Amino acid sequence: MFKIVNREEMAQGTIVLNEIEAPRIARKAKPGQFVILQANEKGERIPLTMADVDPEKGTITIIYMIVGKSTALFGKMRVGEDYFAVIGPLGKATHIEKKGKVVCVGGGTGIAVLHPITRGLKQIGNEVITILGSRNKDLLILEDKMAKVSDTLHICTDDGSRGHHGFVTDVLKDVLEKEDIKLVVAIGPVPMMKFVSKITKEKGVETLVSLNPIMVDGTGMCGGCRVSVGGKTKFACVDGPEFDGHEVDYDELSKRLQAYQSDEKMSMDICKQAEVK
Amino acid sequence: MVETKVKKEQTPRVKMPEQSPEVRRRNFMEVPLGLTPEMAQTEASRCLQCKNPACVEGCPVSVNIPGFINKIVEGDFEGAAITLWQKNALPAVCGRVCPQEIQCEGKCILGKKGTPVAIGYLERFSADYAREKGTVELPKVAPKTGKKVAVIGSGPSGLTVAGDLIVKGHDVTIFEAFHQSGGVLVYGIPEFRLPKAIVASEVSTLEKLGVKIETNSVVGATVTIDELFKEGYDAVYVGVGAGLPRFMNLPGENLIGVFSANEYLTRTNLMKAYLFPEYDTPVARGKNVVVLGAGNVAMDAARTAMRLGAESVKVVYRRSRAEMPARAEELHHAEEEGIEFVLLTNPVQFFGDEKGRLCGMECLKMELGEPDSSGRRRPVAIAGSEYTIECDLAVVSVGAQPNPLLTNATPEITLNKWGNIVAHPVTGKTTKKGVWAGGDIVTGMATVILAMGAGREAANSIHDYLTIGW
Ligand SMILES: Cc1cc2nc3c(=O)[nH]c(=O)nc-3n(C[C@H](O)[C@H](O)[C@H](O)COP(=O)(O)OP(=O)(O)OC[C@H]3O[C@@H](n4cnc5c(N)ncnc54)[C@H](O)[C@@H]3O)c2cc1C
Ligand code: SF4
Ligand code: FES
Repeated sequence: MFKIVNREEMAQGTIVLNEIEAPRIARKAKPGQFVILQANEKGERIPLTMADVDPEKGTITIIYMIVGKSTALFGKMRVGEDYFAVIGPLGKATHIEKKGKVVCVGGGTGIAVLHPITRGLKQIGNEVITILGSRNKDLLILEDKMAKVSDTLHICTDDGSRGHHGFVTDVLKDVLEKEDIKLVVAIGPVPMMKFVSKITKEKGVETLVSLNPIMVDGTGMCGGCRVSVGGKTKFACVDGPEFDGHEVDYDELSKRLQAYQSDEKMSMDICKQAEVK
Repeated sequence: MVETKVKKEQTPRVKMPEQSPEVRRRNFMEVPLGLTPEMAQTEASRCLQCKNPACVEGCPVSVNIPGFINKIVEGDFEGAAITLWQKNALPAVCGRVCPQEIQCEGKCILGKKGTPVAIGYLERFSADYAREKGTVELPKVAPKTGKKVAVIGSGPSGLTVAGDLIVKGHDVTIFEAFHQSGGVLVYGIPEFRLPKAIVASEVSTLEKLGVKIETNSVVGATVTIDELFKEGYDAVYVGVGAGLPRFMNLPGENLIGVFSANEYLTRTNLMKAYLFPEYDTPVARGKNVVVLGAGNVAMDAARTAMRLGAESVKVVYRRSRAEMPARAEELHHAEEEGIEFVLLTNPVQFFGDEKGRLCGMECLKMELGEPDSSGRRRPVAIAGSEYTIECDLAVVSVGAQPNPLLTNATPEITLNKWGNIVAHPVTGKTTKKGVWAGGDIVTGMATVILAMGAGREAANSIHDYLTIGW
């Protein structure tokens, strides 16, 4: 079970795609839902939102950046190898509706999560304006796929190596000035979602964000994933992962994501030392 | 007769050999070491073999207590285990975790004047003996009936249903959300109280009997109950426990360092964070730890924190010592290990530093007022008694609720106002045809033995359904 049937590297090997056999999950998964994966018996449980599913083939696709020991372990697994555990589909699916003109904003691996949602919004008849951001042109992923499901595509890079030189929020402001936007979907690093939400809140444009707090079970039993939304505590794994961007306490989320910083570093260091030997 | 009774009362109750508190407070190995055969036989010989044994009345599943004890006296330890199994599928577990002092031992006639027979220790002894010897044959499996049963959840209640129905000749598959079977026995109760090898051995016995286990299957998400029926299952048992943590809704509860007991214990036990970095999952290691609540879960969290290297661990509880609901042995062990009980004290809010990490907890002192509806004297706050406890880790263990994930996906199953499944008190039948439920999902968080007992009744009812009809 949970065999890797396809593996691709993106963004110069910093981002990896795995297509995994998981027929039960593939049959049920909808855009916006996530799975929890464990590389081996001693591994950590890592939540990742699905980038794609193929119900006929019985596979799901995840795209992740290698940031710590667990994703490094995932990244080392080859086609034919099995994940120890894949659990899902978890969380609520995106509510895809015809609104009119919508903007999809993606950053980093958030673009992978954004893709099926963008596709859904387009298929149902929305006019989709997409804004993608990355540090430089080499780290940008899924540009072609996103182009296919968007009416207009804007690219932004921090260093100006491609498209607009600057942040996605610059372009977003511009678009919001010129167009009558009904919905913004923003998925990416926490600061990006925070600033997008700040802008859209001023303009009063409905905004959806997808959150990625630390999780354990993904079924509502631990509360590790709690986030404050509109002053109320929510469990991202069952009440989310998508929330009203205007109501999320991003500063709390950023801090909670740092909870195990020193442990993660220790794990990674031991892992690297082992490699050197 | 009179003479022997006097003599038996005079033989002192056996003392369980244990790791010393100074040593065990820093390791995860089991605390009680188990009785030797000689100790077990001496203890067993204290039993009066009552004609109308009070102990059996105190046992939720009516184990033949004098019967199994008599086998120990005779030196037939395996026979003792077989007697236990007639009513209790998991004696090695129950001997360790049942609240004997309010069940069998609480009723034992010897306790009226002296100390009751150590029934729990003897239960544990027999079950361990049989497991370690490995000579007891597996029960005979009845000829295949061709009927298929899905058991959802692999806690004590699901395991019992699976074991009973496989022996009756049905095809049984367990669906478990986690990657490992055992429910609270593996994710909640720590290694030092219930070694995971024991749970693993119970699960492997079921597998040897032919039970299939599909881990990583969250029923309600991965597959629904209706889909299971479509896949050809004839009956479904729901034993998904009371897995939702309860928080107190205090200011500062989302600071880093404030955990639900579920998260703290799951990381430590199921994910083996106590072996970090050999295992990848970390857990916060607090220096000054507060645990809120006073049940078994709270004691497990407090004693875990001590083992993870805490300098101080305080159990903060708003009532008095007499109301602490944990097993007597757990309270005793916790105190021996240096855990402080801060009683008649209620937390008010948490304080954090600039990084969002917990650094203190404000509390209010309480005094006992008039009795409430449960007859317990209600704690009332003493105005102006606020003070702050310095702490960097807080574990909230004030109870659990049913998880709505499965029941939301199955609207035909009627729930009560707390979200627990409404099931027939004897058979466990729910309002949906072909679906039974039992254990914590029906009763709210209760005990291993009650979850197991409910499983046994439901298994009988499912068997009747599969062989006779609804
Ligand atoms: C820390 C702790 C200490 C305790 N100490 C004691 C003690 O000393 N003595 C005692 O008698 N009792 C104790 N209890 C209570 C006791 O453990 C429970 O009453 C008992 O385990 C309930 O059994 P159960 O089978 O109903 O559910 P559980 O043991 O909770 O098992 C339920 C299982 O179902 C799985 N599940 C949940 N939802 C789904 C789903 N949708 N699909 C598939 N699987 C699902 C869960 O992952 C879990 O494995 C303790 C509980 C805790 C948490
Ligand atoms: S009540 Fe006590 S003495 Fe009597 S049979 Fe039970 S264990 Fe033995
Ligand atoms: S991950 Fe445990 S409750 Fe959400």
